[in-house]
Amino acid sequence: MPRSRSRALVTRLGGIVASVVLVLWGAATLAFVAFRIIPGDPVDVMLGPQAQVSEAVKAGIRSELGLDRPVWEQYAAFLGRLVRGDLGESYQLRLPVTEVIGRQLGPTLQLSALALGIAILLAVVTALLVRGRRGRAVAAGVELVVLSSPVFWTGLVLLSVFSFQLGWFPVSGGRDAAAIVLPAVTLALPVAALLSQVLRDGIEAAEREPFLLTVRARGASRRRETLHHTLRHASVGGATLAAYLVGSLLGGAVLVETVFARPGLGRVTLTAITDRDLPVITGVILLSALVFVVVNTIVDLVVPLLDPRLQSSAAALRVRTGVPA
Amino acid sequence: MTAVVAGRHRTRPGAVVALSLAGVVLAVIALAAVAPGLLATHDPLLTDVRAALQPPSAAHWFGTDQSGRDVYSRVVFGAGRSVGIGLLATGLALVVGVVVGSLSAVAPRWADAAAMRVVDVLLAFPEFLVALLVVAVLGPGPANIAVAVTIAAVPVYVRLARAQTRSLAAAEHVEAARIIGVPAVVVHGRHVLPGVLGAVSVLATIGVGTSILAAAGLSFLGLGPTEPTPEWGLMLSAGRNLLLQAPWVAVFPGLAITATVVSVSVVGRILRARSEERGA
Amino acid sequence: MSGVRVRGLRIDGPEGAIVRGLDLDVAPGECVAIVGESGAGKSLSARALLGLVPEGLSWSTEALEIDGASAQSLTERDWRRLRGRRIALVSQDALVSLDPLRRVGAEVAEPIRIHEPAVRGGALVGRVHDSLRRVALPEPERRARQYPHELSGGLRQRALIASALSATPAVLVADEPTTALDATVQARVLALLRRIADDGVAVVFISHDLGAVARVADRVVVMHEGRVVETGVTAEVLASPRDPVTRELVAAVSHEPLGRAPRADAPIFTAEGITKRFGERVAVDDVSFEVRRGRTLAVVGESGSGKTTLARLAVGVTRADAGRLRFDERDWTPGVARGADRRRVQLVQQNPWGALDPRWSVGRTLAEAAAAGGVPRAARRSAVAALLDEVGLSPAFARRRPAQLSGGQRQRVAIARALAVSPDLLVLDEPVSALDASVRAKILERLLDLQRERDLAMIFVTHDLDVVAAIADDVIVMKDGRVVDQGTVSCVFAAPRHPFTRELLAAAGLGTPAE
Repeated sequence: MPRSRSRALVTRLGGIVASVVLVLWGAATLAFVAFRIIPGDPVDVMLGPQAQVSEAVKAGIRSELGLDRPVWEQYAAFLGRLVRGDLGESYQLRLPVTEVIGRQLGPTLQLSALALGIAILLAVVTALLVRGRRGRAVAAGVELVVLSSPVFWTGLVLLSVFSFQLGWFPVSGGRDAAAIVLPAVTLALPVAALLSQVLRDGIEAAEREPFLLTVRARGASRRRETLHHTLRHASVGGATLAAYLVGSLLGGAVLVETVFARPGLGRVTLTAITDRDLPVITGVILLSALVFVVVNTIVDLVVPLLDPRLQSSAAALRVRTGVPA
Repeated sequence: MTAVVAGRHRTRPGAVVALSLAGVVLAVIALAAVAPGLLATHDPLLTDVRAALQPPSAAHWFGTDQSGRDVYSRVVFGAGRSVGIGLLATGLALVVGVVVGSLSAVAPRWADAAAMRVVDVLLAFPEFLVALLVVAVLGPGPANIAVAVTIAAVPVYVRLARAQTRSLAAAEHVEAARIIGVPAVVVHGRHVLPGVLGAVSVLATIGVGTSILAAAGLSFLGLGPTEPTPEWGLMLSAGRNLLLQAPWVAVFPGLAITATVVSVSVVGRILRARSEERGA
Repeated sequence: MSGVRVRGLRIDGPEGAIVRGLDLDVAPGECVAIVGESGAGKSLSARALLGLVPEGLSWSTEALEIDGASAQSLTERDWRRLRGRRIALVSQDALVSLDPLRRVGAEVAEPIRIHEPAVRGGALVGRVHDSLRRVALPEPERRARQYPHELSGGLRQRALIASALSATPAVLVADEPTTALDATVQARVLALLRRIADDGVAVVFISHDLGAVARVADRVVVMHEGRVVETGVTAEVLASPRDPVTRELVAAVSHEPLGRAPRADAPIFTAEGITKRFGERVAVDDVSFEVRRGRTLAVVGESGSGKTTLARLAVGVTRADAGRLRFDERDWTPGVARGADRRRVQLVQQNPWGALDPRWSVGRTLAEAAAAGGVPRAARRSAVAALLDEVGLSPAFARRRPAQLSGGQRQRVAIARALAVSPDLLVLDEPVSALDASVRAKILERLLDLQRERDLAMIFVTHDLDVVAAIADDVIVMKDGRVVDQGTVSCVFAAPRHPFTRELLAAAGLGTPAE
């Protein structure tokens, strides 16, 4: 019946929008509250301990930034600006936060997207090709080492070997296409390791399931088993991990950009943290929340497609292997 | 980044070898953490500009850095800080997690749902990212990164403690104990709590690794201790600029981090495999 | 000869031989059953017929013929040509034996896709529907588009059978195909298997359930510890078993009714108009019954009938929404069931694997129960030994952990725990369902002894009418939460009033068949 289906769709869409708004509001409020409760006057922090500025000037800055208003007014103004898409102005750079972040978003997105692609490719290939007990043990060992190494260290090692010693790739710079290779590979490695492990565990678990005996009893080849059956089961685990992986990429991007001296959100965030540029930090927090909510929504929509058992109560039964413990 | 892995050890002899190796590494690191003077060959803060940037040799096992300080000794003295933060953060997070998780499991539905929603959001991000955001709010500094790493570690334990409490509280043998007349509180203490603590401890051994990585990452970004403190992440940051002429300045601290986290993870995974086998 | 022919099948494991010399002949149109208890090697033999012996085990045959062609020393590739096309497998529990992430139609189509790749598109869909119709699955077009978890247990099992038959194999190996199903559903699936055999397929039927075997198989092969101990025409073997193992199996499924005289004293436990709802669903609807000391009331029903809820209401862990429960003249509710009164009604749970704390030794679990029963610390050790003795376990068991016990032993410990606090009423929720027939018989015997020694009243929840005959004096039959039949066991079995009771009796092979 088309009418009830479209109504269900509208309800679903409404639920998603509500959830997005709720998380963003929660993150914004959390950021607002957090900054208000930490000790220290923001203007003092902003200007730094060395600044020799008179009280009058400070008061002027304070009123300019609206920091002398009552808290509720500040909160209301803050939310009001947010709704209009205005994240305020950076304390240090005197530019709108949206512009500060927006300009550096591109390079980080490029890096993360490429890294994600490499990671998925590596993970799927490894999970599919590595068979047999010994192979799996070796793969597990390699993954363990990769996941235990700090990503900034692997970046330095790769940089040292491939750029300095072998000269295959340029050392730094954001312009060159080749310059993105090493950073992307560095960023991809831990994600690939985790994804490969989850996929392999998923395949191994699926292979122990009774239904696979039925599949084999039908005369299915190894290839058919994997492509038509176990991979699908394993990918459910991988898909639910998507939000965590994206977060991993963002966090890693900050470190990798620092190692390879690339422009991007990493530099923006780091500068904002050391300079205590609260509006920019708030902007970054909100961006993270937005990314989280978008990825989770996509996962919530995709996973029931993969595993129809979850279709009836997709929201309630969000099977999270998100904690890879 | 994370050291938390979802794999399982199947080969028996392999597990014994891995466990022994991990044990040796951890023993050495532990010794370096509590009694660095025993293992170090030089004073980690002693500068000697004439001996700057020397490659590894008999005099300086890991070479020297840009101020002529012995890299090996600095690595040894850095162990305490890194391991310390890992243990401290995990220990605190474990306690907070178990308390909050257990309470949430028995709390009214709305309170439990609200708490879990917050935890779910935090869990979606890797620990490093959460810690970074916390430092963003609190500001840089060694104390702050300790707080940040602790806060980042809490959600995992809350979730696990709650899940274990709920599943154990509903378990048939727990209900059986209540039916034979053992008071509910006693049942909880005898049958539920030990199971929860067991599961959480296994997670904690792996979690120490993740916390160490998160703290090292924040130090690398310059948000933690400052020069001349010997700290592994900080040393890597300094070593970054010297990569061409003196790669050893960065390689060895990184190797130390990796070795520590690998060993801790191996121990944790084997413990987990054992507890799964026991069916607890 | 077509069908399947095996001579001298041997399967060896790391700890020695598991199957020693199985011979089997099944002609097309015949159904031969392999019967035995768990560990006898039946399932492994079934898998060997398809060349699917698990890794780590080695196997050999003196002769193996499938559909006329020799299947000895085949490579894996050759085996793949046979599997699904000439010989097919149906396993237990379609919920886990069908790929839950694929539609039923895709699963049924797979053998055709593998062995007849030329069949595609509309022709393939047609074949799938034909296959589903062959197993009498209603609305095949709709069902083919659904996922396994959307079908009921019986329909799912039929779909599984359809997927095995879609490439028209000559031999069908069914490994406990109906064990996970309710009795009435089981009867229908068994009838289907018989029809498939009659159509000309050689059916090998593996089961531990002699009742099911009697309904489908022409001949039966009895296995014990890897060896064949008896074979012959089903009716003959069941009527006059020669081997002691066979005799035990047959005795375990045919119980003489108790025939105890009813007690005249007042009932120790009564229920009047008990109702319990879970949200919209009514789990127990207006149920009334009485239980007397030294006598057993059986509660019979299929899954979803409300019998477990009723058991929990009787124990006092759930509160009824309406009606009255009375224990020993007093109202009985979770509020009342505390302190000293808590001990008077005890429960033995369904699942022996979950009932004991896995980290505690048996002795510790029983000591806790003894302590709850008021036994002082000094006397606890001997109390534990006495309890173990009562349930037929040696005192050495006190040191063991649940992981080291078999299902039957765990259940005995669970019973001992319940008895430790000296209850007046013992409620048992399917305590023997997961156990082998011979173990089951021993436990039921022990329960009867205990009932006599302690003058225990018992409420025994079960879906198995054989067990009811063996242990109960009175019975209530539940369906969808309501009582549809009630009375003494002999009355209800001889003259069932409700059609559902008749169906249950027919499915169990007791009483006159409904069709």
